[in-house]
Amino acid sequence: MEQFASLKRSKDGQPVRYLVVDDSVFARKNLARIVETFGGQVAGEAGDGMTAITEYERTNPDIVLMDITMPQMEGIEAAEKIVGQHPEARIVMVSSVGYQENIVAALQRGARHFVQKPVKPEVLYEVIKYVLGEDGAVTSAAGAGA
Amino acid sequence: MKMELIQPFINAADAVLAQGLKSPMSIGNLSMEQEAYRRKGVAAVIALTGDIEGRIVFDLDPEAAVRVASCFAGAELPESDDLVRETVCELANQVTGNAVTALNDQGFHFRVHPPVLHTSEHGPTSSEDTEALVICFETASGSVFMNIALRYKVQRSGELAAATGK
Repeated sequence: MEQFASLKRSKDGQPVRYLVVDDSVFARKNLARIVETFGGQVAGEAGDGMTAITEYERTNPDIVLMDITMPQMEGIEAAEKIVGQHPEARIVMVSSVGYQENIVAALQRGARHFVQKPVKPEVLYEVIKYVLGEDGAVTSAAGAGA
Repeated sequence: MKMELIQPFINAADAVLAQGLKSPMSIGNLSMEQEAYRRKGVAAVIALTGDIEGRIVFDLDPEAAVRVASCFAGAELPESDDLVRETVCELANQVTGNAVTALNDQGFHFRVHPPVLHTSEHGPTSSEDTEALVICFETASGSVFMNIALRYKVQRSGELAAATGK
C-alpha cells in the first residue's frame, strides 16, 4: 500500500489519533490500514452511532471517520450528538451514499467534510490535512511516497 | 424494470470493482429471473425504500470473496468466514451506495438499509412488479453476481390512481 508523508499533530509531534466508525469490520480495517499509511494511530473503533459517542468520550480522538448508514444510530445523528457535546470535534463522514442531501445534512449537523467510498487514500489524506488545518503538520518520513 | 434503474448499479459495480481490484472486469451473463432467488455462495441483501423500492443481492463464492478482500486491502488476507461475510456485505454497501447517489441526482429519493446476510438457499419469488435482473461480473478474482429487483413506488401509485380515476 502507498505510503504518505506522515501527518502529525503540530502541538506535540505525536501521531494523529483516529476514531473509526463503521458497521463493517472490513471497512474499519481498511480505513485503519489507510490511516496508518498517513502515520496515524487508531485510538478506537465503533460499529454504530451509539458506540461512537461513548468511544469519542473515552478516546478523545483528533479525527473521527464516520460511516452514515449504520444500525441503531446512523452516522449523521451520532455526529450531531458528538459535536453538540464537543464543538471542537473533527468529524469526516465516509460513506458510499454520497448524494447532496446527505452531504448537506452531515455538514449542517457538524461534520467537517465528506469522503465517498470506495475511499481513495490520496483523497482522504488531503481531506484530513484540510480538516486538521494548523493543528496538523506534514513531516518528511523515510520512504514517503506521496 | 427499466434500464434507467439498472444502469446506475452496473456503473457503480464497474467503478467499485475496478478501483478495488485494480484490474478490468466484464459482464459475463445477464438474465431476467421470476423464480425464487437461489443463493450461489455467500450473499448479502440491501433493501431500498422510498420512491424506488426493492432489494439488491450480491453473491460471491467464498474463495472469490477472499481474493476480492485481499485486493481491496492491498494485502493477502487469510480465509475466514467473518472476512468472507464482511467482504460481501461491504461490496454490496459500496455498489448500492454509489448507485443510489446517481439515482438521487436524477430526482429519486429513498433510504438505503444496512446490508444483511442472506442465509437461506432461496429468496422470495419475484413478482411482475419486481422482476429480478441477474448480472454476473467476471473479474480476475472470480465471479460476482448482482441480483436487482426494484420497482417505482411513486410511479406505480400514480398509475394506480390514473387507472382508478382517483
